[in-house]
Amino acid sequence: MIEFLAPALIAGLGVAIIAAPLGSLIVWQRLVYFGDTLAHSSLLGVAFGLLLTINIQLAIVLSGIVIALLLVGWQNQKQLSTDTLLGILSHSSLALGLILVSVFDTGRVDLSTYLLGDLLSTTIADVVFIIGLGSIIGFTIWRYWHFLLFITVNESLAAVEGIQVNKIRLLLFLLLALTIAISIKMVGVLLITALLIIPAATARYLADSPEKMVLWSGILGCLSVIGGLTTSLLWDTPAGPSIVVCASSAFVCLLLFSAKVRAL
Amino acid sequence: MLSTEPLLQAQEISLRDRQRTLLQDIDLTVSANEIVTIIGPNGAGKSSLLNILLGLRKPTRGKVIRSPELTIGYMPQRLQLNPQMPLTVERFLSLTHHGTLHIEQALEKTGVQGLKKTSMHHLSGGETQRVLLSRALLRQPQLLVLDEPAQGVDITGQSQLYDLIAQLRSELKCGVLMVSHDLHIVMAATDRVICLNQHICCHGHPDKISNHPAYLEMFGHATGTNVAIYTHHHDHSHDVHGDVLDVNDKEGGYLHKKHQDQHHD
Repeated sequence: MIEFLAPALIAGLGVAIIAAPLGSLIVWQRLVYFGDTLAHSSLLGVAFGLLLTINIQLAIVLSGIVIALLLVGWQNQKQLSTDTLLGILSHSSLALGLILVSVFDTGRVDLSTYLLGDLLSTTIADVVFIIGLGSIIGFTIWRYWHFLLFITVNESLAAVEGIQVNKIRLLLFLLLALTIAISIKMVGVLLITALLIIPAATARYLADSPEKMVLWSGILGCLSVIGGLTTSLLWDTPAGPSIVVCASSAFVCLLLFSAKVRAL
Repeated sequence: MLSTEPLLQAQEISLRDRQRTLLQDIDLTVSANEIVTIIGPNGAGKSSLLNILLGLRKPTRGKVIRSPELTIGYMPQRLQLNPQMPLTVERFLSLTHHGTLHIEQALEKTGVQGLKKTSMHHLSGGETQRVLLSRALLRQPQLLVLDEPAQGVDITGQSQLYDLIAQLRSELKCGVLMVSHDLHIVMAATDRVICLNQHICCHGHPDKISNHPAYLEMFGHATGTNVAIYTHHHDHSHDVHGDVLDVNDKEGGYLHKKHQDQHHD
């Protein structure tokens, strides 16, 4: 039982921890739609992996980097970055990805694994991949946290004080792409954004500084993973969606609680 | 004490965006210990000019020359902080890149020392502007660049804020470049006014500007209801202590400055 569950648990907790700082940054910078677009279009990476018959995980990482570069270039054209256009891009790439994957698939992949994730089938190799890439992402965030926070507060202020805003923004998008790449197998492209933003949005009620918000977001993410896995084992529900439902339950609880506190 | 070398110099700056001329042949200098105010109507290109001077945007033509290793303290027009981001005044001020001054000192200079632990989201308009000003001071700047510093501040607060800026100038001997839409209130605290409407319509001492035909054409009609207040301001102005200063004299601004210098000696 433990041997069966351990890889899933470690992978889930790893992703929840990495998602905490990035999820907070996405919420603060209002990049939820960019995150969604990045996640949905990674299905194109899966299709690419099938087409070129290379490792799917690697294909997702590479396509994520390419799409992150395109989106950063796109975001610089401020007049274009509207909700509508991002919505179109996000869902078109999802649709195109679905078509391409079903065309190129020769029984190698199960589409629902990539759409909804399959945490319970996590292998030791997956765990190694998540911990390896996750440590690199975590270290980079820690190293550049000051700059990431500064451009979040005010880009022109940061630029006047000598910070290379475009490079830091590119870094943020690349980190986001990599995080999505390592989380796909766990929650799937449809629900990754939820795992990034819901714990962060919940943590807002508990924190009075950006760092505390990240900390609480990590704790809530880990609790959601544990809760979701337990639910999945007890009632045989799909693991990824169970984790997301756990996270949103926590959000609703804190929302109601804070409304009650304010009413007193 | 006064250096004659300008801190910042713009030479024949022009900016075009999609066949539209936003700025045309702007020449401008800011020296140490001098307050230069850019005024102009909405859409005059004030913010674009400021962005070019700060190096945030490239001009189509012309160049900006900065004195070597110039430290700029910048106060943006609005912070537009996302309410989802918890941030105290102290944490906000600690985000500076080369902080040399202590946070307490900077807050004390702008008179908001009590706000250190307050959330940035709970500040009033005037408090926000003072915190932003503290932040600009943290870098011990040679040049302060202020974009509409009195935005969202009530009328009394506005003149207090401009007095504070004038006081900081004489204390730090720094140059100040600011953008404002209201000449009347900035007048007492400004050495030179640049009237901008895509091109420089007129420039010089605030007294001269307020009588200049180009200025009157731009603002005279629009502020018709304020004529009474305007005349009043023109007759005399108050210093920080409420004493009446004669600004009809051509050396009015100088007089004001001298008065303050005496006070600080």
